[in-house]
Amino acid sequence: MYKNKATARRGGAGKYILIAVSVLFVLVMLIFPLGAVIGNSLKNGLAYYFSAISTKYVASALRVTLVAAVIAVLVNTFFGLMAAWLLTKFRFRGQGVLAAAIDIPFSISPVIAGLAYIMTFGRSGWATPAVEWLNDLLGTDISLVFSVPGVVLATIFVTFPFVSRELIPVMNANGRDEEEAAALMGAGGWRIFRKITLPQIKWALLYGIILCTARALGEFGAVYAVSKTRGRTFTLPLEIDALYMSGTADSITAAFAVSSLLVIMAIVLLVLRSVVEHIAGKNGKKEGQ
Amino acid sequence: MNEAAMGKKRRRPRVIPGFGLTMGVTVSMLSILILIPLCSILGKAFALTPAEFFAVITKANVLKAFGTSLLCSFIAAAVNVVFGLILAWVLVCYSFPGKRILDGLIELPFAMPTAVAGITLSRMYSDQGIMGKFLLNFGIQGSYTRVGLTIALVFVGIPFVVRAVQPVLEGLDGQYEEAAEMLGASRVRTFFRVILPELAPSLLAGFGLALARGIGEYGSVIYISGNSEKNGTQVVSYVIMQKLNAGNVDYEGAAAIALVLLVISFALLFIINLIQNRAARRLG
Amino acid sequence: MYVELKHINKSFGSFRASEDISFSIEKGRLAALLGPSGSGKTTILRMIAGLEAPDSGEIWINGQLVNEVPGSQRGIGFVFQNYALFRYMTVWDNIAFGLEVQKKSKKEIRERVSELVGLVGLTGLEKRYPSELSGGQKQRVAFARALAPSPRLLLLDEPFAAVDAKVRQELRQWLKGMIARVGITSIFVTHDQEEALEVADQIIVTNQGRVEQIGAPAEIYLKPASSFVARFVTGVPAIEGDWRFVGFPEPPAGARALIRPEFVEAFRPDNEKYKALLDGAQPGVVEDVSFRGSHWEVTLQTGNASVTVRRSLQRRPVARGDILQVVIYRLYQLAPDGSIRLLENKALEGRYIPED
Repeated sequence: MYKNKATARRGGAGKYILIAVSVLFVLVMLIFPLGAVIGNSLKNGLAYYFSAISTKYVASALRVTLVAAVIAVLVNTFFGLMAAWLLTKFRFRGQGVLAAAIDIPFSISPVIAGLAYIMTFGRSGWATPAVEWLNDLLGTDISLVFSVPGVVLATIFVTFPFVSRELIPVMNANGRDEEEAAALMGAGGWRIFRKITLPQIKWALLYGIILCTARALGEFGAVYAVSKTRGRTFTLPLEIDALYMSGTADSITAAFAVSSLLVIMAIVLLVLRSVVEHIAGKNGKKEGQ
Repeated sequence: MNEAAMGKKRRRPRVIPGFGLTMGVTVSMLSILILIPLCSILGKAFALTPAEFFAVITKANVLKAFGTSLLCSFIAAAVNVVFGLILAWVLVCYSFPGKRILDGLIELPFAMPTAVAGITLSRMYSDQGIMGKFLLNFGIQGSYTRVGLTIALVFVGIPFVVRAVQPVLEGLDGQYEEAAEMLGASRVRTFFRVILPELAPSLLAGFGLALARGIGEYGSVIYISGNSEKNGTQVVSYVIMQKLNAGNVDYEGAAAIALVLLVISFALLFIINLIQNRAARRLG
Repeated sequence: MYVELKHINKSFGSFRASEDISFSIEKGRLAALLGPSGSGKTTILRMIAGLEAPDSGEIWINGQLVNEVPGSQRGIGFVFQNYALFRYMTVWDNIAFGLEVQKKSKKEIRERVSELVGLVGLTGLEKRYPSELSGGQKQRVAFARALAPSPRLLLLDEPFAAVDAKVRQELRQWLKGMIARVGITSIFVTHDQEEALEVADQIIVTNQGRVEQIGAPAEIYLKPASSFVARFVTGVPAIEGDWRFVGFPEPPAGARALIRPEFVEAFRPDNEKYKALLDGAQPGVVEDVSFRGSHWEVTLQTGNASVTVRRSLQRRPVARGDILQVVIYRLYQLAPDGSIRLLENKALEGRYIPED
């Protein structure tokens, strides 16, 4: 309502100048790069494009990227639900500190994330003996850095707060009366979550999962630090880097071809995001009490 | 931890179930995945003597990298405050065809992989690129300079400001402006005296978030910056990453620089929280 | 005693929400916890429900010490201030929820829910969602939902706060009747003295975390135990300063007076009917007259104080500046230490003309 009123009130030249500035900014800063990816990727023709995205390196990188993204999203969704429940349904000492700690990965350099895992699980890391002991015990040979598990861990790190960040404001706004009412009637935690909380937060949850996926697919800095083997532990962004850095005109075109894969995924996620927001907004209006 | 001790003193029945479970899962996952690995950096950095630590972080290239990161991030965040405010304003207050698409595009830098953004911008602003040629008309070189570096950070940071301001602007009651206009204030005056003060905390928060992101940024800047020590286009993340490369591995040095970067990030985070809390109290 | 609280203390940080709270409620009674906001009444209710735990003291329900019993097993029905209806469930599912938790058979649930829907008069609205209901309807759902699992004690937190004034009046009577019909022991929290006086069998007045007075509505109204209760239940401000009224001794230093509108009569000096009261009266100047629908409310300046009196619409109208004779039958004298005395007009010696 406010929007319409505002539109009616403020017309004039200012409006068109501001819109023009915005459109120009978005065009130059956001749309040109998008177009440049597609343009550069098709420089050598469609045949080259398809051969560039079907090398065994790309196939491996795509696999690692998807594995890392899926695991990261699962882990962080589980964590996000747990943390949001804890921080919104209870009062306890240290609540503020805990909430701030969860957001740490959001604001520190991804390179630091990679570094942290190397220092912990790398050749000279202090936790390495423990990992080796576990490997001996279980008869496995899992290494937590410079390996696919390392890539997964780094991806989890950088996307850690994405789901909880979306859930906490929504759950705070909804309060805990409904959960208390259900608990007083003797309902268990799972039933309360499934029947009462989940319907309230489903859009926020989906929204968080989409953001988490987008970030997980594209993570570069953290993964770069803990992944060194092309064709085995490289993700798509690392494969793009390898192609680009090799410097020939052809390999740069190939780098853009691989990039276009990620860009398509990003755009799909963006569209999904808008759709979710649209539906959630509509439902919010309908259900708002 | 405190909680357990208190629990013994007096039982606190919590009606909503799941306190123990969610507390256990949250704290252990947070510790194992985030806090303990971060502490390893601390441990590694403190393996150096204070003199060594100081020597590492005051090396000419390291200081220069910090200077570059801070300066470019600051300029980029400032640019983003201006354009972010305009974008948020346009998206909230006006309706025009294509608005939904414009709104969705704001999120592109969040969704676009940083490495893809990095190589794309690097091409676009190079001497042969479309934007690079344009800038050359004004005698400005895009890629491989601090200008290019800052442009990449503007790209990365724009959604932070827009998304911080947008909800506040939407929540602003039209009454303020109407009241001001009825009192005869001009539009410009209304904006600067009535609306801008309301938006200031969220603008600052957006600025801080964009700044924090920019200071630690890696993927989107390393291609366009050129990473030349001579030209002052090495960023802190790049210097840390170099110390991890096979051949000249220097974990302690990397940890020392990372620690300083962490302290800067935390300080920023703290200030942002402070601003938001104060704003919340004022409005509360 | 059905519900009994013994020496309950509760603090939130440095804020003392309850200080040595003790009271008891008989089976089948409808009790009101009355107090201004921040007086700790909701905290008491939440402690009885098990939503909060007291720092010390005992809570007994039906002869059982329930301090260590989780809220879900205390047999309590709770109506939240904003009803806390499950917004993604229909009216039917809301009411059925507690029965499903108890793993009742489908048939039993169906019977009980339709019985309750009928009882609260919501037949035909079973498929609606809470957002499609009016405030009064929401309250009925909340009431039915709380009653569905057949609790032994019903707790209501400000049950009328979320509905508008017109509906509130209706709902009070409805709820009072409904509770009487179901025969369940109930406690409700309210900050509205009229509401407590009208609905409850027993009132517990709280202030700053303490119990000020416990008693039947008429007792609370006629014999307030403290100056706080007198002021709060009357809803009239106390008279401060250097007041002096005919027929009353000179007040001790710092004492305030509280005069209910029904304690005062104002009449024109030529009014024959009130002639006998003249020696207990004093002149007063009309300061303000406001129309209150059923009567005029007249504020008079007399005896160095402002006194309010209700004036029937049938009587001669008065205007600002008119001089009337004011007789004060009795007043509460509030001492600085919080104690209270009811003083009678000595000059009248029992003469008293009831309202016409």
